[in-house]
Amino acid sequence: MPVISIDNLVKTFGAVRALDGLDLRVEAGEVHGFLGPNGSGKSTTIRILLGLLRRDSGEARVLGADPWRDAVRLHRRLAYVPGDVSLWPNLSGGEAIDLLGELRGGLDRQSRDELLQRFDLDPTRACRTYSKGNRQKVAIVAAFSSTVELYVLDEPTSGLDPLMEAVFQDEVRRIKQAGATVLLSSHVLAEVEALCDRVSIIREGRTVESGTLAELRHLTRTTVIVETARPVTGLDALPGVHDVRQVDGRTHLEVDPAHFDELLGQLIRFGVRALTSTPPTLEQLFLRHYGDGNATTAQPQSTEAQRTGAR
Amino acid sequence: MTALTGTRRLVRLVLRRDRIRLGIWVLGTPLLGYALAGSVAGIYPDEAARQGYAATSASSLVARAFNGPIAGTDLGAVVVAETYVTLALIVALLSTFAVTRHTRQNEETGRAELLGASVVGRYAPLTAALLVVVAANVLAAALLMLALAAAGLPLAGSVAAAGAVGGVGVAFTGVASVTAQLSVTSRGANALAAAVVGLSFVLRAAGDVLGDTSADGTRVQSAWPSWLSPLGWGNQVRAFGGERWWVLALPVVLLLAGVALAYALAERRDQGAGLVVPRPRPATGASWLLSPAGLAWRMQRGTLLGWAVGVAVLGLSMGVAGDEFNAMIDENPAAAEAINAMGGGSNLVDAYLAAMLGLFALTIGAYVVQALLRVRGDEADGVLEAALATAVSRTRWLGTQVLAATLGAVALLLLAGLTTGLGYGLVTGDPLGQAIELGGAALLRLPALLVVAGVVTALFGLVPRWSVVLSWTALLVFLLLGQLGAVLDLPQAALNLSPYTHVPSVPAVDPVVLPLVVLAGVAAALLATGVAAFRHRDVPS
Repeated sequence: MPVISIDNLVKTFGAVRALDGLDLRVEAGEVHGFLGPNGSGKSTTIRILLGLLRRDSGEARVLGADPWRDAVRLHRRLAYVPGDVSLWPNLSGGEAIDLLGELRGGLDRQSRDELLQRFDLDPTRACRTYSKGNRQKVAIVAAFSSTVELYVLDEPTSGLDPLMEAVFQDEVRRIKQAGATVLLSSHVLAEVEALCDRVSIIREGRTVESGTLAELRHLTRTTVIVETARPVTGLDALPGVHDVRQVDGRTHLEVDPAHFDELLGQLIRFGVRALTSTPPTLEQLFLRHYGDGNATTAQPQSTEAQRTGAR
Repeated sequence: MTALTGTRRLVRLVLRRDRIRLGIWVLGTPLLGYALAGSVAGIYPDEAARQGYAATSASSLVARAFNGPIAGTDLGAVVVAETYVTLALIVALLSTFAVTRHTRQNEETGRAELLGASVVGRYAPLTAALLVVVAANVLAAALLMLALAAAGLPLAGSVAAAGAVGGVGVAFTGVASVTAQLSVTSRGANALAAAVVGLSFVLRAAGDVLGDTSADGTRVQSAWPSWLSPLGWGNQVRAFGGERWWVLALPVVLLLAGVALAYALAERRDQGAGLVVPRPRPATGASWLLSPAGLAWRMQRGTLLGWAVGVAVLGLSMGVAGDEFNAMIDENPAAAEAINAMGGGSNLVDAYLAAMLGLFALTIGAYVVQALLRVRGDEADGVLEAALATAVSRTRWLGTQVLAATLGAVALLLLAGLTTGLGYGLVTGDPLGQAIELGGAALLRLPALLVVAGVVTALFGLVPRWSVVLSWTALLVFLLLGQLGAVLDLPQAALNLSPYTHVPSVPAVDPVVLPLVVLAGVAAALLATGVAAFRHRDVPS
């Protein structure tokens, strides 16, 4: 049974359709990357999973229960780190951690103290004096010092420095080792690549792609740069080949992984001198999905790809 | 001077942000002054009535402490005695909050950093705030002067009285500009400045109580402590009693000194830092804190303590005044009638005490609103989200807040009754008996406060975004119905809208149970509605 299963989830805020038939499945024991551009509905989905927002229609189950009706029972079994942590300004960091832990049903003293040390957080300061990164650490320490089945992390590392990012990744691996499930919403692609077993990419309130990173790579074109003895012709007629361009005597093109054989068969006839084939980087993968969604992207380091991504 | 670069733009920003607040302040205080002057003129229409008022005011220590030194028997002098302290406290706090809002609060929220990184001089934000606040005080004073003159008071006295009120605002603008440099938080800056307001009140009250009465018994010459208090300076102007114009220069001197000090401090400190060094906090949460109830207590205790001190001081003073009241009534039947209309019943002292308890119940209503609206504040801040993502149900969370506010209201009501009874008992000779009787009488007001709690809870559940504005509006309506209902001859149906209308005015009349039960029922229905609505809506909303 999946830990999180969402089918055709819809949530509207007035005229805005924040979630428009979203699907999501997170299996037990996996670290699931939850990706999408700003405003695509990630936080809304997470808030529905936490029973903070009410869904308009569709199905949502967390640990086999209804997140709205069984909120309190579920919250004993999960821990949450919001993307923008706000705390009680006049409590100290240590008090806020203990309070959140205790409200969830208890935390482990020893791992709390270890985590404080590892994240280098001073618990004696008033929460109002913390920087964004330090507020984030408070929520992370509070979440990771409870032993629960599911961790819901909404951009947990925004504001953390690279050193702390590494500590965070270690902690996620530790809880995964212990058998917990993690839903990780993130914009840090290196983090996703390092941690996630599977990812779901959403856009405008819908799931556009879901699978392991390897599976997603297969859905995206590979960039090929080839140098041949004679000018290559006839590429445009091949299936699955796109964006053929001549640059400095070399041919640049994109090919769907499924049509690699046909491409190679054609290239061989022109005397191949050199050939590089680059699988899509995670970044390209996301730029393709985050952008306007048509299939013309996956151009490494090209200005066009960047423009598409920035759109 | 480059340190002031950008001041003009920042002034426009302050005006844009506060156009409504400033409008209410600048128009509201003169209107309030006009209304109060009119009602005083109605109660003390002739020389004889005012003679009696002045004589009582000069001889009564409580009147001296709360109304300041009476400056004679002119109508203007009576108006000043009845209105000056209220207006002065209002403008002192308004000025303080406005200065803090545009200085320390910007630093606390990080907005100042954004501004400071642009072409804005070091002194510009403080200067812009000061310019606007001083201008608002001057404008409000000018309008107040016109209002007093329009109410038929002599021009010179009106200028002096309005100048005295405006001067208090100007003086505390200077004070707040310094406290905004000292504390890291805007709450702390406001609290420090409010403490100075409180100290000023105490010094002024002490100086006026210790002062000498003139030979004819209608004037008071304040002792030296009043001169240490910016609130006291306004009295020393002696509006309508042989004006001393030079005293109006004192607030300006304080403003200039405060601003100079504030600039010097701003030059020496880092952006966002204060001069009050924060002490280390506990690294772990005490076990009593780690529950919704513990958290509610931690969040409320400071506020509650402040309220308790205020209620106790007022209660004792009102109680002590109860005895002097007998004398005053003999001399002024019109005032007696007014009290009687508020409190009801046949025994005038009981009517007075009942009226005071009624006022306490209304005031403590503000505590209930303030305490309960914290839930909305937490929701808007995003803290509520973190709390509700734990294993705490919405019902438990909101229920705890309601319970905490209710217990706070019970404590304050009881304290109000006990201290009023103690004060009255001390001067009439039965402190314990009076304290117990009035303590019980005060608690009978609780059902009205439960309804207030119910209204806030229902609004929070049903219309969270509007709950802050609507809750305060509801309380204001209750206040107006209670205070003006009888005067304006409103129909009973309108008066019945306020829960305070239905609580028996004990000790002036005998307690009746039925209305209390009905009020409790209404409160329960409102609370249930609020909790049910909160359980079914989105968070945050």
